Amino acid sequence: MRKAVPVLAVLGIIVVIWYVCTVWMNSAWVYDQAGREGRTVGFGELVRATMALERPMLPAPHQVAVALWDGIAGQAVTSKRSLVYHGWVTMEATLAGFALGIVLGVSLAIGIVYFRVMEATVMPWAVISQTIPIVALAPMIVVLSNTLSLGEALGLENRLVSKTIISAYLSFFPVLVGMVKGLRSPDAMQLDQLATWNANGWQSFLYLRLPSSMPYFFASLKVAIAAALVGAIVGELPTGAVEGLGARMLVASQFGQPLLMWASLFAAALVAGMLILGVGAIQRAADRAMGGRP
Amino acid sequence: MSGLWWAIVFWIAAWGANVWIARRAKGRLAGLVPPVLFGIAVLVLWEGAVRAFAVPEVILPAPSVVAAAIGANLGTLWGDFVQTIVTGAFSGYAMGCGAALVVAVLVDRSPVLTRGLLPVGNFVAALPIVGVAPIMVTWFGFGWQSKAAVVFAMVFFPVLVNAVAGLGAADRMHRDLMRTYGAGYWPTLIKLRLPSAMPFIFNGLKIATTLAVIGAIVAEFFGSPTRGMGFRISTAVGSLALPMVWAQIFVAALAGTLFYGFVALVERRVTFWHPSQRVRG
Repeated sequence: MRKAVPVLAVLGIIVVIWYVCTVWMNSAWVYDQAGREGRTVGFGELVRATMALERPMLPAPHQVAVALWDGIAGQAVTSKRSLVYHGWVTMEATLAGFALGIVLGVSLAIGIVYFRVMEATVMPWAVISQTIPIVALAPMIVVLSNTLSLGEALGLENRLVSKTIISAYLSFFPVLVGMVKGLRSPDAMQLDQLATWNANGWQSFLYLRLPSSMPYFFASLKVAIAAALVGAIVGELPTGAVEGLGARMLVASQFGQPLLMWASLFAAALVAGMLILGVGAIQRAADRAMGGRP
Repeated sequence: MSGLWWAIVFWIAAWGANVWIARRAKGRLAGLVPPVLFGIAVLVLWEGAVRAFAVPEVILPAPSVVAAAIGANLGTLWGDFVQTIVTGAFSGYAMGCGAALVVAVLVDRSPVLTRGLLPVGNFVAALPIVGVAPIMVTWFGFGWQSKAAVVFAMVFFPVLVNAVAGLGAADRMHRDLMRTYGAGYWPTLIKLRLPSAMPFIFNGLKIATTLAVIGAIVAEFFGSPTRGMGFRISTAVGSLALPMVWAQIFVAALAGTLFYGFVALVERRVTFWHPSQRVRG
């Protein structure tokens, strides 16, 4: 309860501000319509009218909720109008990129922790790679994976490959930073203890460094999964994708359907929430499996 | 093929030099030389591979071709840079970060709002906000205003969350000391709490630099005047003018890195007292 009340208060304030903005931003259109018909609009009528436009500048929260519900529950899951379908397409690329990002981040982190030369050369470039706006690279990656037909070589769709690469590019960095910190977290005393037990390098990695890096690992996974989703959506935007939440937003914006655009945006937010909760659940399961106490 | 062999030899030599430097040398130079050498080695290998395998320009242009494209199009690149980064990203960044700091100070007065804002803000900061780009373009048109609005939306929450967390970071003891000095709300805020929030705020500001550049470029994919980096990239990809695309990527990377570096430099000046800024001995 102590946590829920403040959160609800903040959400309430946001919704109220949103409703006020709805009236304010849509009022010009309503006044314009009424002016043409030679009517005057009272305040009550203005409020009602601004909340029920078909193509509003800013749809009211309940309109978005209805559109979202319609997109999720109102369509068959396999339909091209279903947000579940598009959400799945995006989530597929997100998870593939996330997995690739984890592999890349963890292996680079192990290299950096064990080889000084890698720390000196790779780490600065890993930092610089994140200041490069990936969206500048996105159309490029799409062209590359299409002309080289990377997808066919792997038995996948080309679109999925380019989105996966972009997702992995954004998500490897948090994993890398977290794992470097985590693998270095055992202190000298613990490392000495393993040395007195005559543990070799592999054993001290497996029994000490890896387990003690787990809290850092999962903390960075939560950042990485969000980054992977951003990557998948950005990967859909400039590439003429026909499926996925990003493509849905693009289509909605081109055909002037603000309700659909907002519904897709909130569907993306739902996917983000689900993914973060999923990572949290895996973390708790792993914690229990490793004998952690709550 | 001999070009490729020379490139590989250069790569191995550079790697060997880096191993030697990492073992022996200390100080500033040891931190600077290996990454630079590594970067040069990658470029040499790229150039060698492209020449040796005669990779077509539409797949991967060689670095020398990209450099030539940069040299030949300096005027265009500069115009696009000013349009996207200076007018779009910088103005949105300044407004977004400014608004976030003001809201953070306001919210900070209410403990209930502070407690509620952190989880909500953290969640929103994890959302794919780039998705608002098409909405902003319909609201504010094709000009720089829509780009600034997207950047505003992207940087607002990360900076807000960090600033709110930072304002709560001042030490209990220090606050009590301010009270014994008889300092009111404003002197405490300006002399103690804002300075001690600075490491957190700069953390947010640094994250926001990258987001700002991304936001400004993505917004241009949805509509822009006939200049700007996002516009140029999407049209150049369409006409397979890949050296131009790589030239834009180079400018974007340089701009992103310099922007981040600038904020990090300001951070070092402002939070010189913080342990993370101490020069390692």
